[in-house]
Amino acid sequence: MSNRIVNWFKFASPYSFYPVAGKMMPWFWALAAVFGVAGLWIGFFVAPTDATQGEGYRIIFIHVPASWLSMFIYLVMAMWAGIGLALNTRLAGMMAQALAPTGAIMAFLSLWTGAFWGKPMWGTWWVWDARLTSELILFFLYLGFIALQAAIDDPRRADKAGAILALVGVVNVPIIYFSVKWWNTLHQGSSVSLTKSPSMAQTMLWGMLLMALAFWMYSLAVALKRLRTIILEREAHTDWVQNLAEVRAPANLTEVPA
Amino acid sequence: MLSAIDLACTRGERSLFSGIDFEVKAGEWLHVRGANGCGKTSLLRLLAGLSKPAHGEIRWNGNPANDDEYRADLLFLGHHAAVKEELTALENLQLASSLDGEELPEDEAVAALRRFGLQGREDLPVRFLSAGQKRRVLLARVMTRKARLWVLDEPFTALDTRAVQLLGSLVGEHLAGGGMAVVTSHQAIPIPGGKGLDL
Amino acid sequence: MLAVMRRDLLLAMRRKTEVLTALFFFIIVTSLFPLGIGPESALLRKIAPGVLWVGALLATMLGLQRMFASDHADGTLEQMVLSPTPLFFLVAGKNAAHWLVSGLPLVVLAPLLGVQFDLDPESLGVLTLGLLLGTPVLSLVGAIGAALTLGVRGGGVLLSLLVLPLYIPTLIFGAGAVQAHTSGLGAGGHLSLLAALLAMALFFAPWATTAALRISLE
Repeated sequence: MSNRIVNWFKFASPYSFYPVAGKMMPWFWALAAVFGVAGLWIGFFVAPTDATQGEGYRIIFIHVPASWLSMFIYLVMAMWAGIGLALNTRLAGMMAQALAPTGAIMAFLSLWTGAFWGKPMWGTWWVWDARLTSELILFFLYLGFIALQAAIDDPRRADKAGAILALVGVVNVPIIYFSVKWWNTLHQGSSVSLTKSPSMAQTMLWGMLLMALAFWMYSLAVALKRLRTIILEREAHTDWVQNLAEVRAPANLTEVPA
Repeated sequence: MLSAIDLACTRGERSLFSGIDFEVKAGEWLHVRGANGCGKTSLLRLLAGLSKPAHGEIRWNGNPANDDEYRADLLFLGHHAAVKEELTALENLQLASSLDGEELPEDEAVAALRRFGLQGREDLPVRFLSAGQKRRVLLARVMTRKARLWVLDEPFTALDTRAVQLLGSLVGEHLAGGGMAVVTSHQAIPIPGGKGLDL
Repeated sequence: MLAVMRRDLLLAMRRKTEVLTALFFFIIVTSLFPLGIGPESALLRKIAPGVLWVGALLATMLGLQRMFASDHADGTLEQMVLSPTPLFFLVAGKNAAHWLVSGLPLVVLAPLLGVQFDLDPESLGVLTLGLLLGTPVLSLVGAIGAALTLGVRGGGVLLSLLVLPLYIPTLIFGAGAVQAHTSGLGAGGHLSLLAALLAMALFFAPWATTAALRISLE
C-alpha cells in the first residue's frame, strides 16, 4: 500500500513528470480526434433538424461543450493552484498556469459561438442572457488570472498569488452566476434565452457529450504541451533540462562558429 | 535560543544557499557576512518569518519559529525606513507600539528619541528629517520595543560615527542583558565577540 | 485593531488630497452621464441607480491601492506582518479605516447626486441603504486585489481587471434594489442579499487578504 502512495509522489516533480506528460500527449490527441469526429458527425449529420430553430442550432454542439469545459477547467485550475499553495509544490502551480489559457479559449469560443447562434436566431449578435453573461464574466476571471501571473516576475510568487485569485474566483463563480440569473429574470423583456435550448433528442445529447469529451481530451493534450514548455522555461537552469535532447540540439539551427 | 537547521533558500528558481546550521544563545550575536547578492538579506528575512525556507527549519527555544509568540520576541529592521513620513517621530514610535499591542508612554518615547540625538525634533513630521535622522527614528524603536531577538539588516547604513557607536553600545547592552542578535553589515561592527557566518 | 484604524485615519487626514480626489471623481463621473445622455427625467430616473453604483465602484477602485501601497513602499507593512498582533486584525482595521474614508463619503454623497437624476426620496433611501451595505463589500473584496498586486507592474489597471468581475454581484443587487423599488416589487430581497454578501465578505475576505499580503511580502 505504501509503495503505491510513494509512486504517485514520485511524479510530483517537474523532472519526473516531464517525460510522463510527453508520453501521455499523443494518446489525448488521438482521443480528441476520435471523439471530435464522432461528435461532429452526430452533430451535423445524425441529429435531426430542430422544429423551431432549423439547422442553425447545430452550433450548440460547439457552444455548450465549450461552456462546460470553460467552467470545468476553471475548477480544475483552481484546484491545482490551491494544491500548489497548500503543499508548496511547483508542479501543481505550473499545471494551473498551463490550464489557464485553454480555459480562456474555451470561454471565448463559447461566447463567439453564442453570438453566431444568436444572430440568425434572434437577429442580435449579443444577448444578455444569464449564461452568456456569466460566461463573459468567467472570461474576465481567466484574463485576470493570466494577467496577474504575467505581471509578477517571481514565478513562485506568481503561482501563489494566482492561487489566491483562483480560489477567490471559484467561491465567487456561483455567486456571480446566481446574481446574473436574478438580474436576468428581473429584466426579462423578450423571451430570448440561449438556455432554452431545443428539447433534447437523444442523439443531440450524445453529440454534445461526445464533443465535450473531445474538447476535454484536446484541453488535456494542449495543457500538457503547455506544461512541458513551462517546465522547460522555469527549470531552464537545472542540469536535467540542459541535458535534454531537444534543448541540446535544436532542429533547424546551424552550429555557430566558435 | 535561536537555532537554524539545514536551512536552504531559493530566490526565483535559483538556489542562494543551503545546508546552513547555526545556534545563537542568550548573550550571543551572529554576524552574517558575504558578498552582495549572496543571500544575507534573504537569510534574515527567513529568520524573521517573512519568507519560508526551501528546506530546513528555524526554531526559537525549541519550537518552530512561526507563531505570534516568536514575533513578540522578535525585532526585525530591514532596508526600509519603516517610518511613516506624514507622522511625527513621536507618533511613529507610539503607533508602532500600539500596533504591537503595547502602549508606549510618551516620556519613554521621548527619552528614546533623545538618546538617538533627536531631541527637539520629536514633533516634526518625519519627512522633514534627513535620511540619517529617519534611520535614527527607526533605531529608537530598538529601544522602545522589548524584544529578545534582534535581527538587523545593515543597521549602520546612513549613520554617522556617533550614531554607529550608539547603536553598537545599545546592542552590547542588549546582549549583556541576555538578548540575542543577528546582524549583517558591510561595515565593521563595533560589538565585541560574536560568531561569524559566511554565506 | 483600533490602533490600526486610528493610525490609518490619522494618515488619511494628513493626506487629504488623495481621499478627496476619489470623491470628486465620483461626483464628476456621475454628472457626466446626464450630459452624455440627455436631460429627459424619465430616462435619467431609469439609469440613475446603475450610474450611481458604477460611479461608486470606480471611485472605490481608485482608492484601493492606497490601502497597502504606501505602507508597502516605506516598510511599515513589513513591520505589521511581523507584529505579534494577528495580521487578520490589522487587516480588518485597515479595511475599516479605508471604508470610513472612501466608502462612507460615497454613501453620504449619493443621495445628493441622486437628486440630479430626479429620483424620489424613497428611492434615494433604498439607494443609500444599498450603498451603505455594498461599499464595505467593495472595500473588503478590493483589499484582496490590492494585496495581490502590491508592487506589481501595471498595478492599478491590473487591479481593476481582477476586482471588477468580483464586484458584479454587489452592483447587480445594489442597483437592482432601487429598480425593484421603483417598479413596485420592493427592495427587501435585494437588500437582504446585499447584507448576505456583506456578512460573507466580512468573514472571508480578510483571510484572503492576509494570505495575499504574506505572499506579496515573501
